[in-house]
Amino acid sequence: MATDFGQFFLNSLPNLLNGLGYTLLLTFISIAVGFFLGIALALGRVYGNKIINGFCVGYIELIRGTPLLVQLFIIYFGLPSVGIIFSPLQAALIGLAINSGAYQAEYLRGSIQSVESGQMTAARSLGMNKLQSIRHVILPQALRISIPAWSNEFIYLLQYSSIAYIIQVTELTAEGKFIAAHTFRYLEVFAMIAVIYLVLTIVSTEIIDRIAKHLSIPGIGAAKRVSLRDI
Amino acid sequence: MGLETIVTSLPRLLDGLRVTIGLTVFAVCLGTILGLLLALGRSYGKRALSLFINLYEKIFRGIPLLVIIFIIYFGPSQIGFNLDPFSAAILSLGLRSAAYQAQIFRGSIESIPEGQISASYSLGMTKIKAIRYVILPQVLRLSIPGWSNEFTILLKDTSIAISIGVIELMRQGRYIYVREPDLALAIFLLIAFIYFLLVITTNKSLSYLEKKYRMAGYQTEAHR
Amino acid sequence: MHMLEVKNIHKSYCKVEILKGVSFTMEKGETKVIIGPSGTGKSTLLRCINQLSPPDKGEVWLDGEEVTNPKTNINKIREKIGFVFQDFNLFNHLSALRNISIGLEKVKGIEKEEARKRALEELHRVGLDAQAQQYPAQLSGGQKQRVGIARALAMDPDIILFDEPTSALDPELIGDVLDVMKSLAGKVAMLVVTHEMGFARNVADEIIFMEGGVIVEQGPPKEMFTNAKLARTREFLGRIGALYGEEETGG
Repeated sequence: MATDFGQFFLNSLPNLLNGLGYTLLLTFISIAVGFFLGIALALGRVYGNKIINGFCVGYIELIRGTPLLVQLFIIYFGLPSVGIIFSPLQAALIGLAINSGAYQAEYLRGSIQSVESGQMTAARSLGMNKLQSIRHVILPQALRISIPAWSNEFIYLLQYSSIAYIIQVTELTAEGKFIAAHTFRYLEVFAMIAVIYLVLTIVSTEIIDRIAKHLSIPGIGAAKRVSLRDI
Repeated sequence: MGLETIVTSLPRLLDGLRVTIGLTVFAVCLGTILGLLLALGRSYGKRALSLFINLYEKIFRGIPLLVIIFIIYFGPSQIGFNLDPFSAAILSLGLRSAAYQAQIFRGSIESIPEGQISASYSLGMTKIKAIRYVILPQVLRLSIPGWSNEFTILLKDTSIAISIGVIELMRQGRYIYVREPDLALAIFLLIAFIYFLLVITTNKSLSYLEKKYRMAGYQTEAHR
Repeated sequence: MHMLEVKNIHKSYCKVEILKGVSFTMEKGETKVIIGPSGTGKSTLLRCINQLSPPDKGEVWLDGEEVTNPKTNINKIREKIGFVFQDFNLFNHLSALRNISIGLEKVKGIEKEEARKRALEELHRVGLDAQAQQYPAQLSGGQKQRVGIARALAMDPDIILFDEPTSALDPELIGDVLDVMKSLAGKVAMLVVTHEMGFARNVADEIIFMEGGVIVEQGPPKEMFTNAKLARTREFLGRIGALYGEEETGG
């Protein structure tokens, strides 16, 4: 039985690794694109005029108010009806990035607003313009503060990238389903998949924690860990 | 013609909506009851129990919902025990949500000062009574913002039940799409709008609830 | 038989012995004040008496029942021992009135309307009729502490333990609380840990001076203040009198 499972695992490995590759690709690209999107939206919300702010609020609320799967369906099944066609992988990447951008914007906005207003005043009094103050004084603090939330977002994307399976991206869960459907060994396959996700979750949390410690400055960031206790 | 098809498809979408709401309500109930028990067990239980609950939370928060759904739906059938898709979806959503809700409740429990328990004991309350009349009422109030956030996450996550054939809102939309591919964009935008309305309504009613039961003068920081 | 008998109480925290054998007795309606430097175990002693932190060794007896016996129903005993906390510990989610009635309802099993009536009487007794519907966060420190006292009183205890009831209060709010406590003297037994020397001198039947986890000396206030036997007691009382100004409160 044990050797049987070992053999089964080895046979499944190429497929699983292939799927894992796509899962990581989806996660990394969408968190990176979502990050820049999130910064733009957050700055728009905090410093933008009425119109920009209104647009950013609309975007963030609409994305956060609808399921990721609906967003993927609109991109993958909906847009072709008006002549815009994406491959499953493209559709998944676009959907995840757009989705993550809205969530990251909210974390970042909270962090930007938690930087004391005196910091902006001090930067301006040195003669920096608004953009410089944001770039050199506000963001370096805000980004450190948002690392814990950002770590949660990373885990969220890692897990929710599995939904790309539903629009036929052959990521980890899809590969698992494929193997299981052919061998009828659902329990073993999904147990393996679950363990892979668990390990990924634990390892990435640990890595981000280390980065946070490395970047931490006394008084900012690491000490100000966002936890549910703050509710 | 397009508009007509959309109008005639509305009853189907409403059927799907009913299933979506059913999934949400049952799963939230399961998640809240289990989540509360887990939080209490972790804060007030014996060490072994607390470790076990910690493990439960780690596992259910570390695995994608889709994988949990597959394990719970396909797993039992492999050993000859069949679960219908609707129940499997509720079980998956509820068990996972319990892990997240346990964290929310535990955060609230730990934010309640130790003196509240001492004061309850000094009046002659038993541990159970202290939890029932002093700790829980405060925990529930403090948890409303986090809980309402979890509620809407769960509502959106019910869409993933499409993957094991539950005929909820998304699947009804997909049926229409298969017959009328030209209307795909309109149909899925309409579905997005329905979810959006549900989420907004839920948020609004829960924040009303939060205001109503807020302990006067006691600040709670809403996280959403 | 004494109403309260404390016999040879020992208590350690993290291998540090805080209480090293404390014994004393109290009678019905008596007021005793425990004084001594901080970190002497005065608060710990109070918490040992109502078993909020059970002692490692020694016995506590109340009305002929052994409080420290594990077989005793401690909740029944605690109904008879009121406790007033330094930082109030009012129930945050309940109004002043409900803070007082909840023990009556849920512990004593008194019917809701009756509990409400009794709670109102207690509020009246501490001069807070107008604050019945306010929540703890809306009350001043002095008002909170008076609700705390009313909450303890409502349970109709034999004795109330006061753990530095005024040390978290602004000086101008202390007087109201001490007045309420003074009005209780003789009606219910009180064991008070405090630095308020005026209260100790004028209200206490006996003063207990503790230091280093033991009782150094005890006696009637007059004797202790004018004629203490031990040099250490005289020194402490002299110093604390200068620090806290024994004339300014409870004259």
